[in-house]
Amino acid sequence: MINIHEVVETNSMIEQMNLDVRTITLGISLLDCADDNLERLCDKIYRKITTVAKDLVSTGKEIEREYGIPIVNKRISITPISLVGAAACKEPGDYVKIAKSLDQAAKEVGVNFLGGFSALVSKGMTKSDELLIRSIPQALAQTERVCSSVNVGSTKTGIDMDAVKILGEIILETSRITDSQGCAKLVIFCNAPDDNPFMAGAFHGVTEADAVINVGVSGPGVVKRALEGVRGADFGTLCETVKKTAFKITRVGQLVAQEASKRLGIPFGIIDLSLAPTPAIGDSIAEIFEEMGLERAGAPGTTAALALLNDQVKKGGVMASSYVGGLSGAFIPVSEDQGMIQAVLEGALSLEKLEAMTCVCSVGLDMIAIPGDTKASTISGILADEMAIGMINQKTTAVRIIPVIGKKVGEMVEFGGLLGYAPVMPVNQFSCENFINRGGRIPAPIHSFKN
Amino acid sequence: MKKSIITVVGKDSVGIIAKVCTYLANNNVNVLDISQTIVQGYFNMMMIADTNEAKKDFMIIGEELEQIGEEIGCSIKMQHEDIFNKMHRI
Repeated sequence: MINIHEVVETNSMIEQMNLDVRTITLGISLLDCADDNLERLCDKIYRKITTVAKDLVSTGKEIEREYGIPIVNKRISITPISLVGAAACKEPGDYVKIAKSLDQAAKEVGVNFLGGFSALVSKGMTKSDELLIRSIPQALAQTERVCSSVNVGSTKTGIDMDAVKILGEIILETSRITDSQGCAKLVIFCNAPDDNPFMAGAFHGVTEADAVINVGVSGPGVVKRALEGVRGADFGTLCETVKKTAFKITRVGQLVAQEASKRLGIPFGIIDLSLAPTPAIGDSIAEIFEEMGLERAGAPGTTAALALLNDQVKKGGVMASSYVGGLSGAFIPVSEDQGMIQAVLEGALSLEKLEAMTCVCSVGLDMIAIPGDTKASTISGILADEMAIGMINQKTTAVRIIPVIGKKVGEMVEFGGLLGYAPVMPVNQFSCENFINRGGRIPAPIHSFKN
Repeated sequence: MKKSIITVVGKDSVGIIAKVCTYLANNNVNVLDISQTIVQGYFNMMMIADTNEAKKDFMIIGEELEQIGEEIGCSIKMQHEDIFNKMHRI
């Protein structure tokens, strides 16, 4: 039988170390909504989402109450809209209309974000994909809860550099018309997973069932606290501690996912075992690095520390759940992590070091503010670099970067809530314009002779 | 049988257990086990209870226990035992 020390341990993880289930994300396929009439399409989409997800928020709250574990977000991911809207949309404005219907549906069911205003263009863009991409700035400006993502590359297909070029401009334009807030809801991917429950990059892949429950767990604070107990111990002990902690965290996610699946009558998809920081003190990845023995995130050794953290989280988590998927690993956003913000302010962490870290973290360059006068081609260059890392290393990489209009290096920008705040970081000033302007695509890498 | 774990955390004082047990008895909740310990100077009590025959809904009992906690200056939580089993047992 369970003993009091175990009960105290679990509850102190929840109450003092910010252990939570970060999100229950309900994936909904909208493929059966496709229609060549825009009005009918929007109507079908609205009806399907509000029918399938009507009990999502209340069920989440019930589980939260009964198990005493906070479930921070209840969210929805949908089939990439460029597939669903292909027959009906003739201009970018048509996609904006769909985005508005999605926003209304999200509000109706009470979820805070809905992801999947997306296009998958890793080898090339269809007419529909391009219309959707061009509609992103207006779609994000005219909606509140819709999140957008574009997959522009993969290990199997290479990188669509035409899309990368356009997206550099789209990111700037989004920032311009949304006072930079919209860029926090736009992610550019390489090797995007079909079952990621985390925003802003969540969408419901075409390989998925009609509806599915995916759960994202989190708990950097718990890992940090556990590491406080093994100060000075060798790497074996360090790794073992992270692994055991990840196991415990993931088991809670598994329980919540199974309960949500049972109560909603929707199959369980995957657990995404990610360490996702928030701006709250004690909920930071950077603090884990500091506990490991680095003065600040970004100091030499940071990439190694992140590599072992990411790997041990996966090793511990995989045993705790029957189905693991999504992004699974450690996220390294800047604005959402108090310790990372501090590291940038003190000059310990640069964009280049962050790029190196993305080779071994779970995703990529995340929530990074750069000067608003950065050229579109430079943003495309940053995208291309990050996509190349994903393509060659067969991992998911992503960029969520925010050119802050009217702000210079060192100034602060507020995003609010879970999105936090960030100092504007310097970007390499040398041009990549001629490289980006070439157009076409980068071919898929060779899969043998690995060294 | 689905069991629930009730935890009471706070400063020790006379009558905490009595208050909680009286409430549980009035609502037909059977207490199976009680243990207590002091963690960082705070009184920690854990009860394993059977709420299957309870007169009220699990959620309502949870809320009312929280209110009792506020009255006696403690934090009282009721959770399904599964969260602890899952985390601490393979």
